[in-house]
Amino acid sequence: MSMSANINAAASAGPNQKAVSPEELLLKAPRERAFMTGSEAVAEAVRRAGIDMAIAYPITPQSESMHLTGDLFAQGYIKDYYRAENEFAVMAAVHGASLGGGRVFTATSGPGTLRAMEMFPVWAGSRQPIVCAFMCRGVALPPSIQPENIEMAFLLDTGMIMFHAENSQDFFDFILAGYAIAEQSEVHLPVGVFADGFFVTHTREVIMLPPDNIKLGEYNPDIAPIPPFDMEHAPMQMVRDPLLNKCNFVSYAASASWHQEVLAAAERARKHINKYMGGLIEVENPGADIMIIASGIAVSQSRDAIRTMAERDGITAGLIKVKSIRPFPAAEIAQATARASAIVIPEFNAGGWLAREVMGTIDNNSRVIAGPRVFGGMSLPGEVIIDVIKKAAR
Amino acid sequence: MISEKYRILPGPEGFVPVTAALMGVVLPDEGGAFVEGGIIPENDALGMIAEKLASAKRPAVCPGPLLMWQWNGGAGPKAAAVRELAAACGAKIYPMPDYRAKSPRINPEIEISVNHPNITIQHNGIDVCVFVGVHSHYANFALRMIRAGTGCYTICLSDYAASDEAMISLRDVDAAKIGAITAKVKSISKGGV
Repeated sequence: MSMSANINAAASAGPNQKAVSPEELLLKAPRERAFMTGSEAVAEAVRRAGIDMAIAYPITPQSESMHLTGDLFAQGYIKDYYRAENEFAVMAAVHGASLGGGRVFTATSGPGTLRAMEMFPVWAGSRQPIVCAFMCRGVALPPSIQPENIEMAFLLDTGMIMFHAENSQDFFDFILAGYAIAEQSEVHLPVGVFADGFFVTHTREVIMLPPDNIKLGEYNPDIAPIPPFDMEHAPMQMVRDPLLNKCNFVSYAASASWHQEVLAAAERARKHINKYMGGLIEVENPGADIMIIASGIAVSQSRDAIRTMAERDGITAGLIKVKSIRPFPAAEIAQATARASAIVIPEFNAGGWLAREVMGTIDNNSRVIAGPRVFGGMSLPGEVIIDVIKKAAR
Repeated sequence: MISEKYRILPGPEGFVPVTAALMGVVLPDEGGAFVEGGIIPENDALGMIAEKLASAKRPAVCPGPLLMWQWNGGAGPKAAAVRELAAACGAKIYPMPDYRAKSPRINPEIEISVNHPNITIQHNGIDVCVFVGVHSHYANFALRMIRAGTGCYTICLSDYAASDEAMISLRDVDAAKIGAITAKVKSISKGGV
């Protein structure tokens, strides 16, 4: 028997997992300690996600997550899996699989994200609940495989929901929550779960996992806000005349309203994010005069800075961890910073996209100190954040 | 800018209407109904829908593909309930059998298109319309255009989550809920409440 025949036999056998609700899997099931990398945490999320199809273009040095996902296919946790020709092919193929009514997963990183860029607004425009993990890294020349999340700036207005994981625990939880949120009928949008590559994907840490004998219940494509796409039967026969093929005001108005509906769908995700992820933000030391706003691993570095500063210097600063980038927690951040005199925003990218987002949503944005920023593979020591805070405190 | 007070009311709202969800409007959980941007108990909303339909001069019911094509077992009983509702309130039925862009071939005397719903609304002077059996993405984007360009009062009976672009919307609608609206319409027509 050939290797592929062996793998197919294993896939058809399938593991013995009980399908449970998202509430059970994410919020109620007991959890046990595990010690693993972020890439392995991704695979553990996929193991429990009831994936119909995963498609990979597992470039080095993105991460090993899609290699591990391939192993899960061999073990029978995923119904179908293959390696596509490139990142664009991957994103186009998972779109097709999702249009066909399957629950799909893939992952990419940095230059791969940009190569596949065309497909992300297509996913959103067709309202498909695809979940994709992004292991962010540098995209410019000279290249870097170290954490740098400038690619998130390019994705802000694609219509996707975007979550930013601080660590492997978040990475695991956000992927599973991503399916629970994406598959709500009034949301039904793609979810990008982002982690800062290398630091999160390649280092081991303790995370808490629910048992692996349970998984998310099957996705029901009948709840989709658009008809399932089947070229041979109604309604695909009927929807393939695009509404943009007429050049008049009415068809432009229809197209505009369609785009508005994609944005509205992301807004409707808020209550589900609150339910499955405990809110769009988390706040430490609320009411502090100096607040740090961060996402991804900049949160961990900020925690370190706050702890050191409190113990050594007696200075208290607050922290707002932004978990949801789209929808953006504008009202929550405005409320949490209402009494702050200075707002420090450390980032792992040169563009400062999070600072721009915050400055565009709060009153009196001259309070914002848009930095410190590191990129090109540099780390962000807590002392660098402390220096900025101390200058703000003077 | 997010506003807690934003209300979904008959238009015309303007060239490009704001999106209700982006104005902070939220959809109801189970047992609740969406009314003009707020949430009330579903049973109260059934009565409000009945009152709107009973007092309308030219009510219309717009059944979509989920009702027209009997893709699932629930479509048949629901279609029968919709016909009964339309008869009770004297509403004309304008089917929406598919989502193709039809301009300029649409015949507004007999049908409505999600891509240019205002042609049918304005041609027939429809003052209250009910969307039912329409996929929510298509319902929302059509209802937003109706709110932008007409003064029609819109009602959406949704299979799953309600529609935040309709003035009144119910969620998880089945034949029994439609029947309850019909019963209230008949009661109002007989002089009851």
